[in-house]
Parts: sequence; structure tokens; C-alpha cells
Amino acid sequence: MIRILGALIGLGFTVVVLWAFGNGAYSAMTEDVAATAEHEFYLSPKDVDFQHEGAFGTWDLAQVQRGYQVYKEVCAVCHSMKFVAFRDFAEIDYTEEEVKALAAEVQVPGIDPNTGEATMRAGVPTDYFPSPYPNKVAAAAANNNAIPPDLSLMTKARGHGTEYVYSLLTGYGPIPEELSEEFPEFTTPTGLYFNQYFPNLNLAMAPPLTSAGQVTYADGTEATVDQMAKDVSAFLTWTAEPTLVKRKQTGWPVLGFLLFATILAFMSKKYVWSSVKPKTED
Amino acid sequence: MSYPWAREYEPKTGLTKFLDEKLPLPRLVYNAVGAGYPVPRNLSYMWNFGVLAGFFLVVQIVTGIVLAMHYAANAEVAFATTEHIMRDVNWGWLMRYAHANGASFFFIVVYIHIFRGLFYSSYKAPREMIWLLGVVIFLLMMATAFMGYVLPWGQMSFWGAKVITGLFGAIPLVGEPLQVWLLGGFAPDNAALNRFFSLHFLLPFVIAGVVILHIWALHIPGSSNPTGVEVKSESDTLPFHPYYTAKDGFGLGVVLLFFMAMVFFLPNALGHPDNYIEANPLATPAHIVPEWYFWPFYAILRAFTADFILSAKLWGVIAMFASILVWFFLPWLDKSPVRSGHYRPMFRKFFWFGLIPAMIVLFICGGAPAEEPYVMASQIATAYYFLHFLVILPLISSLEKPEPLPYSITEAVLGSDKKAVLGENTTPAV
Repeated sequence: MIRILGALIGLGFTVVVLWAFGNGAYSAMTEDVAATAEHEFYLSPKDVDFQHEGAFGTWDLAQVQRGYQVYKEVCAVCHSMKFVAFRDFAEIDYTEEEVKALAAEVQVPGIDPNTGEATMRAGVPTDYFPSPYPNKVAAAAANNNAIPPDLSLMTKARGHGTEYVYSLLTGYGPIPEELSEEFPEFTTPTGLYFNQYFPNLNLAMAPPLTSAGQVTYADGTEATVDQMAKDVSAFLTWTAEPTLVKRKQTGWPVLGFLLFATILAFMSKKYVWSSVKPKTED
Repeated sequence: MSYPWAREYEPKTGLTKFLDEKLPLPRLVYNAVGAGYPVPRNLSYMWNFGVLAGFFLVVQIVTGIVLAMHYAANAEVAFATTEHIMRDVNWGWLMRYAHANGASFFFIVVYIHIFRGLFYSSYKAPREMIWLLGVVIFLLMMATAFMGYVLPWGQMSFWGAKVITGLFGAIPLVGEPLQVWLLGGFAPDNAALNRFFSLHFLLPFVIAGVVILHIWALHIPGSSNPTGVEVKSESDTLPFHPYYTAKDGFGLGVVLLFFMAMVFFLPNALGHPDNYIEANPLATPAHIVPEWYFWPFYAILRAFTADFILSAKLWGVIAMFASILVWFFLPWLDKSPVRSGHYRPMFRKFFWFGLIPAMIVLFICGGAPAEEPYVMASQIATAYYFLHFLVILPLISSLEKPEPLPYSITEAVLGSDKKAVLGENTTPAV
């Protein structure tokens, strides 16, 4: 009885799902799926090498520091970075004094200790990175209604994040001719910028890195657009996961120990089972 | 209950004698996973995965309790406290990555455990109750994992919660009030996040309770084995300890190597980048996908794209739940007297060339965007999935001519069994 009932239910589901299949197959044959410019001209991030990549990767601290300079002078004008505190900069090779000085460069909201009134004070290492806008409404109002996203986690919030940031920063350009030929109606509206590494192809962010020498690196590295884009991508990889290198470095001894323990476990299994291995007859 | 030749626990020291009299816990352990539990001598490494599943339940509970000490279930701060764990809590990143990947590994070992049970028909008499409790554990795991994924309050957390609770909205008449009641609002927000956290903390202990019942039910008939022939005599078995403790120990080492390699070197590979974007009710992600372990069932849900008396959405919801509920009926659908797939030529073909490819197709389609050819592929695979369990499996059990079974486990392992009687070899010994 249960098997007859089961077979009927099974056939029922099959009929319904094949009905859906038939509908889908019919519309696939009769209707053209319109190709979209986004689908055909979006490019996956470029492959760039960074020292932190790979199972043995370590931070290029000079690069991360240069990236911070680009971040501070260019990105921070519009973007927030709310999960990073100044104390964290001790991890990328800044001394205690340097961290204090970096924190003191910014003004953060505070309370007057005498009157209790809201005031501004110089930052200290425990402060988090200040947001360029007092609130979301102000951020939207200043940016054509597109709120600049927080950058703390950006490289983890996109596939191949580090490469994505680098490709986006260096990926602005005119609409290619092939695209205009294939999709004559495709345009970039005013206030948006064409970028093939952005899934929509039209991005609200104006090209932030436009000319060589936009920042002056303290270590004398030549500040080409490519170099600045690379450096800030490395920096944002660090802000997204400050523990990345420590994680990989912890992993090796853990795997080494486990390999040793597993070999021992295998040998004891062999030893324990040796007496009961298949023989002809006991 | 056990076999008559099971070794009996003998307390030797004063303390164990005292304990055995007042609270025979050492005796319980000895009989459950010690030398007092005789196990078929021919278990393959496929039989390691029950112990491994238990191990990952413990990993999840331990790491989860530590995470709960630093996490706050409030929509305002949930995302920030998750980042606080990743950045400021000592070894917090390790706890969170171990918990996130631990969930994936829990599902990997449980899926292997379930499909081992399907291939060797471990659900058949006298082990129906073990199987039923196992399906209950799987359902509880799915609920727990779903609610856990909501807690970091990223984009996929929010939209996943919205889509999955939206399934209840497909139920006629009561659907929408039910969805509002489940969420505590019209969309996932603080109320939903709080109750999900509460239940996510509770359910693992419910799972642990059902695991105890699962093992209890296992110890009544004893473990199944790759031949599917029941244990006949002492020469068919070995004591669990030291033989299977040693074998499980080695298996655990191998799985831990894979687990730790993921945690330390590819911790986000199984997650979705969108979940590192804070939940935003106003921005829908391009493709809402659940975690990988839900993909086959998500594909079944989305395979029903055309109305047929009922709405397509309702069909999808019914089929998705039915795809797991059907497992509850397996012991009564598959009437073949032979258990092991090794001795069932027809069943074996449908298993390897039907069910497994269908599951792989469903898995791929569940993770892919709802476009062709994925939708049509998932529809064929869904049809096969239901036909396999509800039509093919019952039919095979009456049509198939099983291959000759060994007389006993001893004969299967050693080539001969002194107790074997000539002529009895060809009848299925069940």
C-alpha cells in the first residue's frame, strides 16, 4: 500500500516538474533571451601578484604603508573604514609614536570634560577611523545619491577582492567600439563612469587615481597610477583581514603536527589490526 | 542488548568498583564504544563517518559557545561584533573560521554517512529506527545551519532569511500570517535575529540528544556492514576497542588535515563574499544563494517554475520538503531482502548512474543563477530524484535477482567459514 501511494506521489512530482520543464523548453525555443552588455563585456579581475598571496605569503609592509598614504589622501575623502582603529597600525610596522601621530592628524567627536558639551578633539590610538560624512543622508547627498561603501572589508566582500579593487581602480576608459556596435543603445549616463571591471559597467565612483604623482611617497617609490592602485589594494587587503598572515603562519605548524599525529594513528591502526588480517584459515 | 559473546565490564580498582555500584558510567562507555561492543570485523572506512559526524558536532558546540561569548544578537551591532571577533578577540578569527568551516565539514561527513546508508541499505530492518532518527538529526542540522548563517547579519544572512521564511508565505491562507509570526515582523529584523540566535544555541543540544538516541538504537541490532549479512557468530566480530577506535583515530586524523587546511588557508572559499557586506534591506544581491550544503534542495525548490493546479512556488516548497521526508519511508519502500549494493546489480547501476549524477546536477544547479541551462537540468534531475526513491527503488526490489551472498562475514573476510554449510551460500542470509 505504502509503495503504491509512494509511486503515485513520485509520479505526481515527476509530472509537475516535467510540465515545468516543457514550459521552459517551449519558451526557450520560441523566445530569444536578449543578450546584455553587462553579461558580455564585464571582465573578471586582472591577475596581479602580491606578496601576501599564496600559502607562504607575508605582508609587504612598505607597500601596505604606501597604500595607507593613498587611502588617506584619496579614498578617505569619500569612503569610511569603520572597523579599523589607529592602534591597529602598530601591526603594519608603525612605531607607537607614529601611531599616536597618525591618530592625532584627525579630529573626532568628543565631549568637553568641563562642560559636557559636544566638541571635536584630536584622535588617539584607540579611536576608529573617522567617517568623512556625519551620516548616510549626508553621504548620499554629497555623492549623487550613491553612498560610498565602507572600505574596511571591501577585498573580502568581492570575489578575488584584492585583484578586483586593483582592476576597478585601473579599469576606467572609454566604451569600446565593439560594445557600441553590438549594443548601440548602451550609454553611460551623466554622473556615472564606464568601467568594464564593474558588474554594471557603469560605476558611480569617479576615477579616483588619475595622474602619476597624485601622492608623494615618503619612501621615494614612483607614484604611477598602477603603483598607487596596487599599493592601496594591498592596504585594503590588510584592513579586511589583519590576521591573514598570522593565520597562514599558524596553519603550517598545525598541519605539521596533524600529519605527524595521523602517521602515528595509521601505524597504531596497522599494529592493532595486524593480528586479525585475513589469513587462509585459523 | 548485545551479542552473547560481548565482553563484560570488570571494574578492577576501588574507584571503578565504587562507581560501577553507584553510577555505572564506565560500564556504559565500555559497552558503547569500548571492548564491550562487538562490531562486524569487515567495516570499511565508509563506516568512519558516524564517529566523525559526532566529532564535528562537538567542534561546533565548543567553538559556538566561545563565539556566543563575544557576539551580540542585535541588528544594530551583530555585523560589528562579528568583526570584533575577527579582529580584537584573541584567536577569535580561528574560532569563527573553525565554526564556519566546521559546519561545512559536519555536512560533508553527514552526507557521506547518509549516502553510505543509502548504498548499503542500512535503513532496512532491523535498523529502521536508527535511520529515522538520523533523518531527524539531518533536519535539525539544516535548521540550525540556516539560522546560524543569519547571525553575522551580512547581505546573504538577511536575504537568505527573507527567502527561506518566504517559503512559508507560499502556504495558502495561513502563509503570510505564519511568515510574519515566524519572523516577528514583516521582514527579518531584530526580532528574527534574536530568536534565530536563541534557537541556534538551543538546537545543537537537541541534536546531541537525538544523537544519543541514534547510538542507543544502533546498539540494539548492532552495526551493519559492507556485506549486509547479519553477524552470525563471534568470529564475525571484533571488539570496538581497540580495533575501531584505532581505525576511527586514523580517519579522524585524515579529515582533520583537510579541515585545518581549509580553516588556515582557504577559510572563505566555501562562503559567499556578499556576506562581508552588512545587511541592507534596500539592496537585493544579484544572486541569492544559500550555503553549499543546501544547494541540491534549493535546486529542487527552484525547479518548479510553472503553475500546475497549485502555484509553482507552492509546488517548489512541497517538493523541497518532500525530497527529505521521502527518506523517512525508505525502510518500507525498498523491500529487497539484500542490503548491500555490492550484491544488487540493478540497484547498484541506478545508484551510481542515476542517483549520484542527479545529486551532482542538483548541487551544481542550486549554486548557479536561475538561468538556462541550469533550470532545465535541475528539472530533469528533480524528476529522477523522486522517481528513484518512489518508483525505481520499490520496482527494483521485486525485479532484481541479487548476486549470491557470502554465508557469513567471516567467509567474506577469510574466504571460508568452518560453520558454512554447503548449499546455504546462495540464499540471502538475512
